[in-house]
Amino acid sequence: MFEALSSSLQKALSKLRSKGKLTEEDVALAMREVRLALLAADVNVKVIKQFVDRVRERAVGVDVQNSLTPGQQVVKIVYEELTELMGGEQAKIKMAAKPPTVIMLVGLQGAGKTTTIAKLALSFKQHEHRPLLIAADVYRPAAIQQLEVLGTQIDVPVFQLGQSQLPKEIVRQGLRAAQAQGADIVLVDTAGRLHIDEDLMKELEDIQSLAEPDEVLLVVDAMTGQDAVHVAETFHQRLSLTGVILTKLDGDARGGAALTIRSATGCPIKYVGLGEKIEPLQPFHPDRMASRILGMGDVLSLIERAEQTVDMEKAREMEQKMRNASFTLDDFREMFQQVRNLGPLDQIMKMIPGMNKMKGLENVDLGDKRFLRMDAIITSMTKEERANPDVMNASRRRRVAMGSGTTVREVNQVLNQFEQTRQMMKKFSGIGKKMGRRNALSALKSLGMDGGIPNLQDELGKLPLSAEGSNFPKSRRHHKKKKK
Amino acid sequence: MGIFERFKQGLKKSRGALFGRLGHLFSSNRLDDSVYEEMEEAFLAADMGMETSLQVVERVRRLARENKIQQPSELPPLMAQALTEALEKVDPTPSVAADGPTLVLVVGVNGAGKTTSIGKLAHYYKSQGKKVLLAAGDTFRAAATEQLVAWGERVGCDVVRHVAGADPAAVVYDAIQAAKSRKVDFILCDTAGRLQNKDHLMKELAKIYKVASRELPGSPHEVLLVLDGTTGQNAISQAKVFREVVQVSGIVLTKLDGTAKGGVVLPIVQELGIPVKWVGLGESKEDLQPFSARAFAESLCEEE
Repeated sequence: MFEALSSSLQKALSKLRSKGKLTEEDVALAMREVRLALLAADVNVKVIKQFVDRVRERAVGVDVQNSLTPGQQVVKIVYEELTELMGGEQAKIKMAAKPPTVIMLVGLQGAGKTTTIAKLALSFKQHEHRPLLIAADVYRPAAIQQLEVLGTQIDVPVFQLGQSQLPKEIVRQGLRAAQAQGADIVLVDTAGRLHIDEDLMKELEDIQSLAEPDEVLLVVDAMTGQDAVHVAETFHQRLSLTGVILTKLDGDARGGAALTIRSATGCPIKYVGLGEKIEPLQPFHPDRMASRILGMGDVLSLIERAEQTVDMEKAREMEQKMRNASFTLDDFREMFQQVRNLGPLDQIMKMIPGMNKMKGLENVDLGDKRFLRMDAIITSMTKEERANPDVMNASRRRRVAMGSGTTVREVNQVLNQFEQTRQMMKKFSGIGKKMGRRNALSALKSLGMDGGIPNLQDELGKLPLSAEGSNFPKSRRHHKKKKK
Repeated sequence: MGIFERFKQGLKKSRGALFGRLGHLFSSNRLDDSVYEEMEEAFLAADMGMETSLQVVERVRRLARENKIQQPSELPPLMAQALTEALEKVDPTPSVAADGPTLVLVVGVNGAGKTTSIGKLAHYYKSQGKKVLLAAGDTFRAAATEQLVAWGERVGCDVVRHVAGADPAAVVYDAIQAAKSRKVDFILCDTAGRLQNKDHLMKELAKIYKVASRELPGSPHEVLLVLDGTTGQNAISQAKVFREVVQVSGIVLTKLDGTAKGGVVLPIVQELGIPVKWVGLGESKEDLQPFSARAFAESLCEEE
């Protein structure tokens, strides 16, 4: 985890080599960088101040572990504090002793309430509950239709009385309908509103006192900036929130609002929303959020996913082959299939620290089609060709192109890519021991060794992930030159 | 109420929040580093980001020296001046076609307020006696088309629409054909909200752009990126990516009637040179105003 710190932090801290206890100077230097990282992540300035003071107090005088530099030690503390601050016990939805359980969703305009409510309903439905949605947003044009369309999509009934009734009345009748239908979960969709809109906030209080919800959840956009603190505080004062749902985390926002809201209200973040597709909400992982806020990427998630999908046995075998340089096209194919198993490439890239800021990445076609084509090309070869690509002469290349429905140019590209990967493997072999654990990552990187990705080789070398193998960037650049 | 006053009125809450922070500072009578430190923090709290905040504070410091200012209470006009300078680097005038219909493409992330802004923009142009046509290019989100149609009815202009899930580029194509035959002045194209890191959705947007420029040469005359005023530093990434894909020519800053200050537009103007052209200041159809750097800056920094 800690070799993957954001690069600016690493750079600033690399000078510190003292051992023993953390000095005030070590901590102060690290804190400046931490403050910048938190600011860039949109954590509220006041929250940062409190947080940094707290960490400073805890960090000075702490023993530096042998395996860490003083800077890393400080960040380890920062990371632990962040995780703890956002965490605590896993926050679940509180169910009513006597059904139905009533859940009310509130928030600013455009936070994602309606989409989130559909996702929440779907989660409940998958756990054998019978949810009912109440459409109480009578202000935004077509908000009720939106909820109805979503309700149909996930096969959950929607109660609505059109736009002419008062929201309170809609909720009153909706609750009665829930009783009649035997619904055990009632989800109330309210209109988006500004926290300073007195009339509309009063309306929410009215709905709350009528419906007596078991949960009042604030829906917050992960991209929210400094103002998150005002929003959360006001909603909390008026409605005594029971939790928060953080939406649009599939974007590249660092989501510092999560920390701001947690410290401003003390409310736990119960779920996160990832995307407009209606699928169940995801549980919130404080540790992953902490590393995301610090700009360390969601390395934990990636490693976890890699562990789930990458066949460890095969990985070890591959590692062996890499070291012997007996790497064939079959292995090449297997390698990128394992990477593909990790999930859509653009999501994976995003999880690697530094990747999201990489220059030139926006031009990279991460479409999975490329993989399909590569697969077709390799499977169109004979066993012999796959084991020994050197035999691929022009005639064989033409045949493979015909067989795979591609062009000779594409076949050449795959062969070149393979050759580059193999070359790189040889260079890797010196530090092969470290490869096993991060096999998937390395494989991913080598797949990126494609002519179409400018700067990737250089940029990858700078990634904190590979920082421990300091000969990486050098050897790569060398390799690139040779190509020219 | 003139535009300037209206603008300030809408921003009252934003001003209250920023000035509230600084109020006690300006009442002190020593102008030292701690004043500037607090000022920096106030700018940071307005989402202006580290770099821009430091730059603006430096500028204020220099202005204070040049004007031989002794009292913190004299700082607000200088702050407003520094912010105005930072925002005035680019021209906020809306672009229009030299002749024929003007095509405005409206883009942004989910929930920024695109559809609402289009409704208000349609009202603005209608009230200037222009003929406006709306294109329901958000064929993805449930009931997005219905939302735009409701706006069309409210404002009184036609909406070109397809069924849900249709190709948005085809909607734009049809809108252009309709606009040509109906002698329309403005075509306002809605698009589905998309996060800037979704590659396939950005490609879809590029296609819409391509179709528009092919069917109506010189268009889109204006590409407006709608930014939620509550958004933090991610707005910079949004502006960067959208600019690369569809040559964003201006920003619509929405939801400024809350306590958010929308300060993130400063680094966007500074670093990317994209002007803010419109500001959303409320719920009603009149609440979209042309941007004025001076009004914006003064609202943030000056007392009542």
